[in-house]
Amino acid sequence: MKATELLELRPQGLWCPPAGAFIDPVRPVDRAIVTHGHGDHCRPGSRALLATPETVAIAEARYGRTAFAATQAIPAGRPMRLGDATITLVPAGHVLGSAQVVVEAGGARAVVSGDYKRAADPTCAPFEPVPCDLFVTEATFGLPVFRHPPVQDEIARLLASVRAQPERCHAIGAYALGKAQRMIAELRRAGWDRTIYLHGALVGLCTVYGRLGIPLGPLETVRGQGAELKGEIVLGPPSALNDRWARRLPDPVICAASGWMRVRQRAKQRGVELPLVVSDHADWDELTATITETGAQTVWVTHGAEEALCLWCADQGLDARPLALAGRGEEEAM
Amino acid sequence: MRAFADLLETLVHTPRRTRKLALLRAYFRATPDPDRGYALAALAGTLEMPSLTPSVIRGVAQARVDPRLFALSHDFVGDLAETVALIWPDPPTPPGPPPGLSETVERLRAASRAARPGLLDELFDRLDPSARFALIKLCAGGMRVGVSARLARTALAEEFGRPLSRIEELWFALSPPYADLFAWLEGGEEPEADLSLAFRPMMLANPLEPERFETLAPADHIAEIKWDGVRVQAAATRAGRRLYSRAGEDLAPAFPDILAAMDWQGCVDGELLVAIDGAPRPFAELQARLGRKRVTAKMLAEAPAHIRAYDLLHDGERDLRALPLAERRARLAAWIETHAPARLDLSPEIRFETWDQLAALRDAQRAEGQEGLMVKRRDAPYAAGRPIGPWWKWKRDPLSADCVLMYAQRGHGRRSSYYSDFTFGAWEPDPEGPPGAERLAPVGKAYSGFTDAELVELDRWVRAHMTQRFGPVRAVEQALVVEVAFDAVQISRRHRSGVAMRFPRIKRIRWDKPADEADRVETLRALAAPQG
Ligand SMILES: [Zn+2]
Ligand SMILES: [Zn+2]
Repeated sequence: MKATELLELRPQGLWCPPAGAFIDPVRPVDRAIVTHGHGDHCRPGSRALLATPETVAIAEARYGRTAFAATQAIPAGRPMRLGDATITLVPAGHVLGSAQVVVEAGGARAVVSGDYKRAADPTCAPFEPVPCDLFVTEATFGLPVFRHPPVQDEIARLLASVRAQPERCHAIGAYALGKAQRMIAELRRAGWDRTIYLHGALVGLCTVYGRLGIPLGPLETVRGQGAELKGEIVLGPPSALNDRWARRLPDPVICAASGWMRVRQRAKQRGVELPLVVSDHADWDELTATITETGAQTVWVTHGAEEALCLWCADQGLDARPLALAGRGEEEAM
Repeated sequence: MRAFADLLETLVHTPRRTRKLALLRAYFRATPDPDRGYALAALAGTLEMPSLTPSVIRGVAQARVDPRLFALSHDFVGDLAETVALIWPDPPTPPGPPPGLSETVERLRAASRAARPGLLDELFDRLDPSARFALIKLCAGGMRVGVSARLARTALAEEFGRPLSRIEELWFALSPPYADLFAWLEGGEEPEADLSLAFRPMMLANPLEPERFETLAPADHIAEIKWDGVRVQAAATRAGRRLYSRAGEDLAPAFPDILAAMDWQGCVDGELLVAIDGAPRPFAELQARLGRKRVTAKMLAEAPAHIRAYDLLHDGERDLRALPLAERRARLAAWIETHAPARLDLSPEIRFETWDQLAALRDAQRAEGQEGLMVKRRDAPYAAGRPIGPWWKWKRDPLSADCVLMYAQRGHGRRSSYYSDFTFGAWEPDPEGPPGAERLAPVGKAYSGFTDAELVELDRWVRAHMTQRFGPVRAVEQALVVEVAFDAVQISRRHRSGVAMRFPRIKRIRWDKPADEADRVETLRALAAPQG
């Protein structure tokens, strides 16, 4: 069997014929294998959800216990028979529970990366490269201008700004699943042990992370603390920080934690005063190194800047093509 | 280079003036010479660097990066300097230590045209992305970090406790990297400088409130027209010629015609105008010349510059500033008589006996280039700054019109959560509709004039009445009338409505007024100054 027969693109999403299942379908289907809990990969309504235990917990927290008729938690690294295929979920290093889907059948192996990164992240298991024939990679930051700096440097810049402006509060726009918890965990690693204040929309997932064994230290919801928040760090969804919600904060320094912050014009457009280049997606160097590492001869590219990465693959003698999946890239689409 | 790049990076994202000042102060205090002097020059626009064309910069980058990947990246990022700064790959062998700002500046200035690409390549290898960006901006000109030369000098004055006016006087006599300036700022001797051409901090006026008249005697004052141009100081000595703006910026490059005409010696305070046969042209024509680094012969012919003189600060080498105004004006008139300077004439004195008489003159003012009157004490010496009492500006009452809100956009910085930038329109016939149908044509934009409480109300109204989005811009229901105050109306071919307002601001929200009772474009056009 050829590796390219293990996967095919259908309107509902990426279909895996030997397993009889969709991977990260965009519409409800009978059986969905889901790489991770972000809304552009994990949507409610499918009859059966197969994912890591952490992703199942996150999906239930986001959509409710009744969003899927049945859920099946498959621990990472444990192969499972599904139809004529063997399916293994392998850590992707993107957010808690995120996994690559390894599909094996008829002597061929395909890997669907979902979203991934190679930089260390205290809130999730690190990416494990899997040798394969067909690699489906994301390309959110698939341009050579994207090289993310070490996250510690960005945290250090944040803390320096907090120290320099003690009369203001620092409000960080961070996506509710993954980025927020990673920022908190990195702040803890850098020694910030004060209470971190959260927009209400972030509380639920932080609680889930805590329950799944990721300690985040003292957290509190932003209510009417007013001047008490001077000198403190607040996290909220990016959309809230330029909106009325932010008015309750004392003279906030608006920060944003995103890979897009590397481009200053983007940061300026969004009215960000302190851009922090922190991403949960692979940068250009990580994308190209990972493709090389998998040894895949065929590469399908999804999410964003496919063209440049396909050009690069072609230059390496790889057979590459863009895969037009609808509605992807939600969590860093800013 | 690191500290300078960090400074630029932080400044570019910092909207607030006080914070910018704090950053500049810390930088100038902590950074050694000559780096801080070059940084000051770069911010103030006085640093002479070899100009690198976009094609040279692109060429250096494309020798390192696949041109197709470069093109895709440039499309995404938009800005060439930023694309190159970000895309530059790590060098194959570890580079030398990052160069300092002064090393970077001095080597680039010394390099021949042919050697520049190789030097850039070497420097790029040794710098990180934000320092590469700073380097390209140094050579491409225009830091665009929202810092004016004046703000930079203000930071120096505040940090080192020296008077800003003295720094401004010395400024044009000094040059990068300003080692003598910093030595003085830090407690040393004041730099030896030929100050004959230095900027003399200007005397400014306060607005005249009607209550004041009770305490002012007409006979103690002279009145003249407040010309609607750009206040300038023109200085000429044997050492050279200078044309300064009110903030002490050098305007010479944009006005070679004025410079060429300054074949006299002295220092004149006046209003820079575009004038044909002594008649001022609309401010927009002057504005078009202001931004230019290079002026075309066509512009010089079509929009000739002219100085209308208010005051004489130096006659030859004699400093007249301590003399009473009446005396200075008499000397100015005589000086003009003697030298008959080209492109320069006297702003005439207006005779009046009572304030009512003067008020009537002011209310009747409608001609192009006049924005009110100046009232000055006859006995006042020329003093830097804005002392209360000697000089008053008495602007014409603003015009106003009722307009309909059309679009809103969020503000910046402190106002980023509010819809605070508004576009409004007036009615005009709709050529596409049935006879008699009307549509709104945008006539202006305003960001100010309202109170904080009114801003909250406007923001709430916009959020409740949005109809469409165009990027960051929100179209709103055409239902809210605002009273807009403005200084003048100009006929403009660049605007669909054919008119442009000068300094529009929102004076009042007319919750009570139905949109169809707002003003018409025609009405605004009638307010425009007669052309010709
Ligand atoms: Zn994701
Ligand atoms: Zn995604």
